[in-house]
Amino acid sequence: MGILTELRSSISRATSSLFAGSEPRRIGIYGPPNAGKTTLANRIARDWTGDAVGPESHVPHETRRARRKENVEIKRNGRTVTIDIVDTPGVTTKVDYEEFLEHDIEKEDAVRRSREATEGVAEAMHWLREDVDGVIYVLDATTDPFTQVNTMLIGIIESQDLPVLILANKTDLEEASVQRIQNAFPQHETIPLSALEGDNMDEVYDKIAEYFG
Amino acid sequence: MPETQHPDDDGVQIDMISAERMDGLRTMEKIRLILDGVHDGNIVILEQGLEPDEESKLIEVTMSEISPDGFTGIEIETYPTGGSDTGILGKLMGKSSKGKLTVIGPANRIETLHKDENLISTLIHEK
Repeated sequence: MGILTELRSSISRATSSLFAGSEPRRIGIYGPPNAGKTTLANRIARDWTGDAVGPESHVPHETRRARRKENVEIKRNGRTVTIDIVDTPGVTTKVDYEEFLEHDIEKEDAVRRSREATEGVAEAMHWLREDVDGVIYVLDATTDPFTQVNTMLIGIIESQDLPVLILANKTDLEEASVQRIQNAFPQHETIPLSALEGDNMDEVYDKIAEYFG
Repeated sequence: MPETQHPDDDGVQIDMISAERMDGLRTMEKIRLILDGVHDGNIVILEQGLEPDEESKLIEVTMSEISPDGFTGIEIETYPTGGSDTGILGKLMGKSSKGKLTVIGPANRIETLHKDENLISTLIHEK
């Protein structure tokens, strides 16, 4: 981690701490489509509130509206950190309804899904610029992290000085490479996990408390 | 974009936009310049990339212009930064996120073959 970036992260986190105990902090869960954002949001919500946030699916753009779970109280080391989780649609620069046809979805439904997906991505970008206090960035550890969407989104998050926690998801899959994600974003800490299996969630909650508490 | 002689239908028009040209434009003017070119099927190369906030708005406007059986979005590539000092401290130190050559084209015409810190290799499909 670069000295300046590390210093900036520390300042961001220290500033965040000043507001701890007042309003819950809105933490956006961002990342490309199919990284496991909703699976993570559901895991966190179920662990601490008993409810889910939204349906999970292997079909891209299943989440087409930002969904919010309010007042999630995470208890770590005798402290309680209260956050609002905002599960956002996967960010992309292109949406073609024909992608949905490959998942046995009828054309009319595919066109509707693609229209909703574009609105959802625009909404996610708006939330990022205006309405979130921190970001959990979820990446699929089985895929190449050197994509333009990841580069741009991490750049946008950094330019806003938002605290960001990068999660390398899907470590339950054999082809997962956490190191590849660490190499792509060496300026940030990367935490491995499997949101689906619940692997390493203790460390994830420790880091959420540290970064956003 | 000034009037230009239109290339043959099966050709590929590449608009290389200088940093000076972009510097004089507001955010939405930059986005329109890029997207109008991409809508025409052109490949747009920016000598100096967009600011993060401008990239965010480019994604947002692109999403609003996607339509079934029409425009499917953009492909955009810049070199990865591999670390950023463009926040408050970075700006105080005089660093900027600008300076990254950026290639933008219609999603259905441009395909990234390889990308790393030093090389972007793309395939441009004919119309």
